[in-house]
Amino acid sequence: MNQPELHVLAVDDSTVDRKVIQKLLQISSFKVTVVDSGSRALQYLGLDEEKNSDCRFNDLKVNMIMTDYSMPGMTGFELLKKIKNSSTLKEIPVVIMSSENSMTRIDRCLEEGAEDYLLKPVKLSDLRRLKDTILKTGPDHTDQTQTRKRKHKIDQSQEPDYHDQTLSPPSSPQHAQTKRARL
Amino acid sequence: MAAVAQLQRQFIEYTTSLHNEGYLDDQFTQLQKLQDESNPDFVVEVVSLYFEDSEKLLNNLATALQQKIVDYKQVDSHVHQFKGSSSSIGAQRVATVCVHFRNFCEEKNLEGCVRCLQQLKQEYILVRSKLEALFRLEQQIVQAGGQIPMME
Repeated sequence: MNQPELHVLAVDDSTVDRKVIQKLLQISSFKVTVVDSGSRALQYLGLDEEKNSDCRFNDLKVNMIMTDYSMPGMTGFELLKKIKNSSTLKEIPVVIMSSENSMTRIDRCLEEGAEDYLLKPVKLSDLRRLKDTILKTGPDHTDQTQTRKRKHKIDQSQEPDYHDQTLSPPSSPQHAQTKRARL
Repeated sequence: MAAVAQLQRQFIEYTTSLHNEGYLDDQFTQLQKLQDESNPDFVVEVVSLYFEDSEKLLNNLATALQQKIVDYKQVDSHVHQFKGSSSSIGAQRVATVCVHFRNFCEEKNLEGCVRCLQQLKQEYILVRSKLEALFRLEQQIVQAGGQIPMME
């Protein structure tokens, strides 16, 4: 199989989770770099706020970023925003990982441009699915993917008429129970 | 030969009971599946990190709850971390206590929090000793020339 190795940057403040995600990614044949904070991630990506943003080396090219949501300092959500607001980095798919199965949080992340939202603990099958998505969709997949992603999740969770992408209906406790993000 | 078979049976029985009693859940099995010849100590390494992390968190929690004015947000943040790492290795009972603990944090219920911390310590010590026993069994099997059975 002559697939180029995809390089994933994983961000998590938990030592345990970093070790696990690194292993999961390696087993899934990704090249892995792991950092422990959003600011270190930005440093690695060359988006240092102190330096010029143009000091990225080409062989450090990152194909996907996976970040924990709840981190001290910069949250995964804040990291996501910074990446999507960067002209140099916005094309990189960003996946959020979180233990919270919150519909509002999931929607917020997807609306901000997240490629996917995975419930922790992350499984090998999640990565398999991600890999397929990343390989199929090229660099030009921003808005279309978002719409597809939300629709996909909506269909899977069997909620009838929830096609409204602007105003969310107030989430009933039942919605919160449905594992929407891991399908 | 017989020794290996007996050890392997013990291992299977012990693992099964740990799952049945809720000490470990499927996530632990998932971690075991990630282990291979290139990284035969993966599970032990992850669990060691968990032990280190947990002991720090338990100390931090004790300190936080002893403050004159308790910062419940800080306490909750520690518990959230503990819940996360416990879920990541499949330490189900510990994770469950964390859920209750967070509820007490939200209510700013000091007594509830203190009780939960005690429970948390107990459950942590329990799962730690069980995991250590499991790893010892694994070592014995390997030393006797056998293979560690794959649990489904």
